[in-house]
Amino acid sequence: MIVSMTLELKDIPGQLVLALSPISELHGNIMSVVHQHDEKTPRGAIPVQVRFEIEHRVLDKLIERLENSGVKVARVGEERLRSAVSVILIGHIVHSDLGDTIDKIDSTGFAEVVDMSLSMPAIEKASSAYLVINAVGKKELGKALDILREVAHKKDLLMIEPIRLNFDEPVEKEWISSDSSNSEGT
Amino acid sequence: MKTVRISIIGFGAVGQGVARSLLAKKELLIEQGIDLRVVGISDSKGSEINTKGIDLESALRRKKQKGTVAKGKEISLDIIRDVEHDIVVEVTPTNIENGEPGLSNMLAAFAVGRHVVTSNKGPLALRFTELKEAAEDNGLYFRYEATVGGAVPIFNLIHEALAGNTVIGIEGILNGTCNYILTRMAEERMPYELVLKEAQELGIAEADPTYDVEGIDSACKLVIIANSIFGQDATYRDVEVTGITKITPEALELANKNNYVVKLVCEAGNKLTVAPRLVPKRHPLAVGGTLNVASILTDLAGRITISGKGAGSIETASSILSDILYIVRNS
Repeated sequence: MIVSMTLELKDIPGQLVLALSPISELHGNIMSVVHQHDEKTPRGAIPVQVRFEIEHRVLDKLIERLENSGVKVARVGEERLRSAVSVILIGHIVHSDLGDTIDKIDSTGFAEVVDMSLSMPAIEKASSAYLVINAVGKKELGKALDILREVAHKKDLLMIEPIRLNFDEPVEKEWISSDSSNSEGT
Repeated sequence: MKTVRISIIGFGAVGQGVARSLLAKKELLIEQGIDLRVVGISDSKGSEINTKGIDLESALRRKKQKGTVAKGKEISLDIIRDVEHDIVVEVTPTNIENGEPGLSNMLAAFAVGRHVVTSNKGPLALRFTELKEAAEDNGLYFRYEATVGGAVPIFNLIHEALAGNTVIGIEGILNGTCNYILTRMAEERMPYELVLKEAQELGIAEADPTYDVEGIDSACKLVIIANSIFGQDATYRDVEVTGITKITPEALELANKNNYVVKLVCEAGNKLTVAPRLVPKRHPLAVGGTLNVASILTDLAGRITISGKGAGSIETASSILSDILYIVRNS
């Protein structure tokens, strides 16, 4: 997911690095940094807008690390519907109320069907549909797929999902890389 | 020169492939100081036994002419128990109902102190742990590379070459028949029934294709992977299986338009599943025709993918020969 944050830094040297390090440490990909040195907040802090891509599940950890290092997180904005997944449904899709199937996803509030193509060879034959579902993050996408699986099961539709989504590289490889900040204390 | 005596239990396509491979590689093995002698061959009608070494060419000829290798009445278990030899090559047909006759053959071999090399999935998909323990208790090797993926060395790759890695998950296409059917359906926009008929005419699909197209064959292979790599004690009944019989050419076309192919994918990780999946066209799993592929995700090496021929008598014999030589070199 993509996150935009407004951070407030103390007006002393080294603060920007302090603010950006935790994002990198948690494998975030920094996309832009706007550092407004001449626009101090009433409290005398310097606002910085950062935009980055990061795993949704480490966001809380990131905020905690920033706050612990003395960086104030003034605002967190998530850009919606960042994760997408394609699925194919096969069976009597139209007769089993396609609108209802889509609605089950859309009504979650965190996922929606954003694209659909339908192929109907003949009235009594099974139709096939290709759907694209977007969600706010990977976890939510998983939930949307759970809902769709249940609907497909109830309506006797064959659902073809992509190869496993969670089959990515393990996110925290920190135990492998020799992390200098951990190994060189004092 | 190291003399190693083996028996070939089962003389169908794979058994004959082993005999042909041994004939073809005889000189090469002698150069390496290995004299492999086949002292017993059995099929369902009887057997041939020769403690000095069977003439494989005449055995193959007799099988072709008469439909059996039999010269005598001794059955497989007689050879396993009574003929002095080192390695039992168990290549009888797979039976997933009760694993027989393979299961009894393998257990008998361990009981009398012989190593086992097999291509027979049945016993391993039903009683893997029991077989593994029987081998370990007697200090014997139990090698089964040929049970999964034909010529593709999945187990040797993980156990030897990737030793030290923790395997996080494995995805694979382990049934050439299904892969052929899905590939043809997508390329020719033909319905499932027609492509199946074509595959049967070409000998790619069996007359009764149920095990293949319903995903049972894939599930058996996945269970052997799960037991061997993840130390599970699963049987093929523990796998969530969806076959390919309901897939339409329209679905494959929709997938194609969006840069996907549909494949019958086996996944081992948290769960064991066999199901048709959308695979991006550029993904390493997107292999066509009758090919098999296995993609292994590990902690140190990352993702390693291997593909090759998943069936065929000589291809399967390649894995069996590799297992035989492993035992010869390590015992």
